[in-house]
Amino acid sequence: MKIHEYQAKELFRKYNIPVPGGGVAFSAAEARQAAENLGSLPVVVKAQIHAGGRGKGGGVKLAQSLDEAQYLADTIIGMNLVTHQTGPAGQPVKKVLVEQGLDIAKELYLSIIPDRATAQHVIMASEAGGMDIEEVAAKTPEKIIKVSVDPLAGLQPYHCREAAFGLNLPPAAVKPFMQLLSGLFKLFVDYDCSLVEINPLVLTADDQVLALDAKVTFDDNALYRHKDILEMRDIDEEDPLEVEASRFNLNYINLDGNVGNMVNGAGLAMATMDIIKLAGAEPANFLDVGGGASAEMVENGFRIILSDPNVKGILINIFGGILRCDVLAEGVVQAAQKVGLNVSVVVRMEGTNVEKGRQILAESGLNLTTAVDLADAAGKVARMVA
Amino acid sequence: MSIFVDKNTKLLVQGITGREGQFHTRQCVEYGTRVVAGVTPGKGGQKMDDVPVFNSVKAAVQATGANASMIFVPPPFAADAIMEAADGGVDLIVAITEGIPVMDMMKVKNYLQGKPVRLIGPNCPGIITPGACKIGIMPGPIHKPGGPIGVVSRSGTLTYEVVHQLTLQGIGQTTCIGIGGDPVNGTNFIDCLAAFQDDPETEGIVMVGEIGGNAEEEACEFITAQVSKPVVGFIAGLTAPPGRRMGHAGAIISGGSGTAQAKIEAMSAAGIHVCENLGTLGKMCAGIFKA
Repeated sequence: MKIHEYQAKELFRKYNIPVPGGGVAFSAAEARQAAENLGSLPVVVKAQIHAGGRGKGGGVKLAQSLDEAQYLADTIIGMNLVTHQTGPAGQPVKKVLVEQGLDIAKELYLSIIPDRATAQHVIMASEAGGMDIEEVAAKTPEKIIKVSVDPLAGLQPYHCREAAFGLNLPPAAVKPFMQLLSGLFKLFVDYDCSLVEINPLVLTADDQVLALDAKVTFDDNALYRHKDILEMRDIDEEDPLEVEASRFNLNYINLDGNVGNMVNGAGLAMATMDIIKLAGAEPANFLDVGGGASAEMVENGFRIILSDPNVKGILINIFGGILRCDVLAEGVVQAAQKVGLNVSVVVRMEGTNVEKGRQILAESGLNLTTAVDLADAAGKVARMVA
Repeated sequence: MSIFVDKNTKLLVQGITGREGQFHTRQCVEYGTRVVAGVTPGKGGQKMDDVPVFNSVKAAVQATGANASMIFVPPPFAADAIMEAADGGVDLIVAITEGIPVMDMMKVKNYLQGKPVRLIGPNCPGIITPGACKIGIMPGPIHKPGGPIGVVSRSGTLTYEVVHQLTLQGIGQTTCIGIGGDPVNGTNFIDCLAAFQDDPETEGIVMVGEIGGNAEEEACEFITAQVSKPVVGFIAGLTAPPGRRMGHAGAIISGGSGTAQAKIEAMSAAGIHVCENLGTLGKMCAGIFKA
């Protein structure tokens, strides 16, 4: 799960990680008030959306006066911000963060991630801050310092020293940096983060270190133990169909194609999308109904696929194991009768109770096309939408 | 022959009295797996069907000689269950549980380091040596005993699809292992490939990967150096958009790495027969393994 920069900075304050003074504003008038509360100029007006690349997209501006802050907030709030992460459709901006401007001496980079391959936490730091870190990693990997931390032993002072000295910090900034890093690490562990990133981390002219930006994402599997984070969810930032699907515990991702698909199991679902493409069509979604799908879940999955106006055909691919084919078939028939079918549907079933399942579909009177195997199913649905 | 499990495996089930635990224990028993014990803290002394239930793994192992554990404990308690099993004296732990927090698994992975125990999973369908021992949630009847092919996969139902196609072609399996879809897991591709390479009855290997991480790339390097048996490979997720979690917590393409294309290229470079169309995998295997 992702949160906004202003929310991440609230967490930072809780962990004594220095951030610039600032306040969130949902209107131009509120932005002016937030700037006035800061008591100093200039201020920075920053669009709050989940995607990165906001500055390049025109969502971050410097204001030299309260009038200008109000004017900039007015133009940013309501704009459709397009960045390399939003895709061409962009993301509407509903709020801004108004922050005090800083006298920046140097921009640094700092992040912590769990490294899946080594099962160690990795602190990454770089003097090349303010840039796309993937680009730094590709072009000048020697500029990135990596420090591994054993999750059982936790962060030790020498880890922080390694990062601090690696960044060539001025002596006066070493201690504040080490305090900042240990706070950041604590936050990372306490909240089951899958990423904490400060880019840029700034060094000011008077040797302070502050988090100018803040990005925190959380492990979805651990949200059950972080109710306060769940309250920070902003469904305006999510696809409406995906929000709807999440209410029914369905794993759904909306894509651009015209063939909807419903599959049990994530790996098989991805492989089904791939074979749709190989057959000459484009998948409209990823949908894993899971191993223990009920008739109700199947019905909701169907409804969500059908509410995507791009969908011209549907491929249902179920490998019955624990989920029996007859149960699935009943779910599909019920769903089709309730929701109504206005597109062609190809059903491919295999595994437990497959004969019974096929019989239920055949006797339903619904206009369903059955397929003998996966290749047959993909070919049939692709021809139907062509 | 087979790898990791056979007819001598004596299984205990952690979480045996839960809904999932009961259902799948019965399926395993029906398949012929020797299920000797169950563990549910607080329910020691009871029975699930004919299987005695104990309060702890240690007590179950002492009383029954169980040497493997299958875990159905819910995510908040699963890390604890895995560590208990490791210290309780079993050689093999198969964690079926889906949704364990990454931080928990990172601790578990480091905790298990150096201990004489193998973890398969979590978030996996389990392991089966057809005709001998099934530990997990896969449908038994789709498998064909007697080998000669070993199957290793990160996925569940996708593995069933692959196994089903093999069986339809008359190709049996020595052992099929789902290593799980989580970013941090126990047994990896390389462990399974090495075991299949050493197993005299395994004549070929099918390896099924998906987007995310670089486990497939590392496996390819290992294959180049250490595996002489023919390998057929498949990667799911060519059409997956970057930055999105595709169901499995481990299936996410980030920062240009973990793409299906990169994995397929690594496979080709390692001399693996890459299957690009899942619909034709069985036929392709027949051509390669029967030749």
